[in-house]
Amino acid sequence: MLDLKGLCAGYGQMKVLHGIDLTIEQGEIVALLGSNGAGKSTLNNNVSGIFQPTAGQILFEGQDITGLPPENVVDLGIVQVPEGRRIFPNMSIRENLELGSYRRGKPRRAENIDKVVDVFPRLEERFSQLAGTLSGGEQQMLAIGRAMMSEPRLLILDEPSLGLSPLLVEEMFSLIQRLNKQGLAIFLVEQNVMQSLEIADRAYVMENGSIVLLGEAAELIDDPDLKKSYLGL
Amino acid sequence: MEFLGFSLPSYGWSTVLGSAISGVFLGSIYALVALGLTLIYGVLHIINFAHGALLMLAMYAVYFLWSGYGIDPYLAMLIVVPGGFFFGYGLQRLVIGKASHGKDEIILLVTLGIAIVIENLSLFLFSASERSVLVPYDLDGIDLGVTYAVYPELAALGGSFLITLALWIFMTYTDTGKAIRAVAKERQGARLMGINVDHIFAVTFGIGVACVAAAASLLVPTYAVHPQVGSLFVLIAFTVVVLGGMGSFVGALVGGFLIGVTEQLGRLYLGESLGVITISVIFILVLLFRPTGLFGAKSG
Repeated sequence: MLDLKGLCAGYGQMKVLHGIDLTIEQGEIVALLGSNGAGKSTLNNNVSGIFQPTAGQILFEGQDITGLPPENVVDLGIVQVPEGRRIFPNMSIRENLELGSYRRGKPRRAENIDKVVDVFPRLEERFSQLAGTLSGGEQQMLAIGRAMMSEPRLLILDEPSLGLSPLLVEEMFSLIQRLNKQGLAIFLVEQNVMQSLEIADRAYVMENGSIVLLGEAAELIDDPDLKKSYLGL
Repeated sequence: MEFLGFSLPSYGWSTVLGSAISGVFLGSIYALVALGLTLIYGVLHIINFAHGALLMLAMYAVYFLWSGYGIDPYLAMLIVVPGGFFFGYGLQRLVIGKASHGKDEIILLVTLGIAIVIENLSLFLFSASERSVLVPYDLDGIDLGVTYAVYPELAALGGSFLITLALWIFMTYTDTGKAIRAVAKERQGARLMGINVDHIFAVTFGIGVACVAAAASLLVPTYAVHPQVGSLFVLIAFTVVVLGGMGSFVGALVGGFLIGVTEQLGRLYLGESLGVITISVIFILVLLFRPTGLFGAKSG
């Protein structure tokens, strides 16, 4: 579905990604693991079109989408839930969800709001409340709900568990699993190694802008190299 | 009547009320000019120094449509408002946005530069002399008892209200309006939802200029046009924006009326030239007690 081939990227003179090869197949959960500063968000934002790669290719269902602007990436159904949620704090929950379908899924906006509310009943209770007043966990739900409004085909989740209580993290990961069971391909970018590997099909481990380890999630869990390279043990 | 050692003339309540009412009419124009300014500030986070020059340019457009084609200044709104929108859209998309490379301090200088270019070009092309539109109805009006309101004043008030209302509806109920509000606070989040931020910036700038163009139409029947006319209004509009709270619509409206009424009452009591200082006095007083302006959001 998504293919990254030799992707290089950075900011000005600073090189961050050094030739990343990565694939995501239809219906998979693929985890990208790595510590802070490994280049995970840079990778996401190059896929989403926020930044332009310096070399390499991004293919989506065989189509070259390298360098497409963000709105056209969203048009194709690649939607990112960014780190830090990035919800619209000055707008109501309803308006946040509505803007999720700014580019895609507009004709089915009302239906999709109902669907999101089914998944996150807590959002409905606060429909007209400003999003900025929500708790961290609720904001994360809203950010995912907002992305779901655009009927994504590939959902990129950047650190969805960041800043959540352990209980909420548990809830968040089981939700990701549920969304995946409905057929949605998910690219899960996380620092939370163990829980990510539990729900992922495959995983890549990133270090200093390169992939250092990859494989089936079930096998990676017991891989001594994972502990060595990622946890530094 | 005596105030701080000054002996002020005393007037009957009807004179004072009449003066206040004419301040409301004047204030509605201030509000409209400030509305465009506050919108641009709220979304692009820049102070548009070209605002006054654009107002002046729009006033010339209205004037020439009247003198050249006999188009009534109010009717000219149908041309200058869309024209102002597209001019503003192009200006942001092709000049300000491109020249600034996303740096706010450069944008400031770019808008200042545009103001200088427009003002001096107008001086060169149109000369410094004042030009006035003569409409047959500029002295007709309605007797309000305490004062006589001419039709251009009533049109200014009604027009400003309608335009503010239309803008509010647009910002609240349309996807583009919502996208503008989203971009104002969370650009990255907006981008990831497929909102083209550069387009939204340009639309916002276009709407700001369209507001100014509408104000120009409402002004021309009672105000003479000359290359410096913009700075007259925009200085007050800046005051209104800061007074009302940067980025606040309601603030622009209330601030506009407050300044308009203050100015007219100041003129009544202190005379034409000294009266204008009341604007600065009320400005300083409000900021002393409410640094974020009347309707400004708390910082952060």
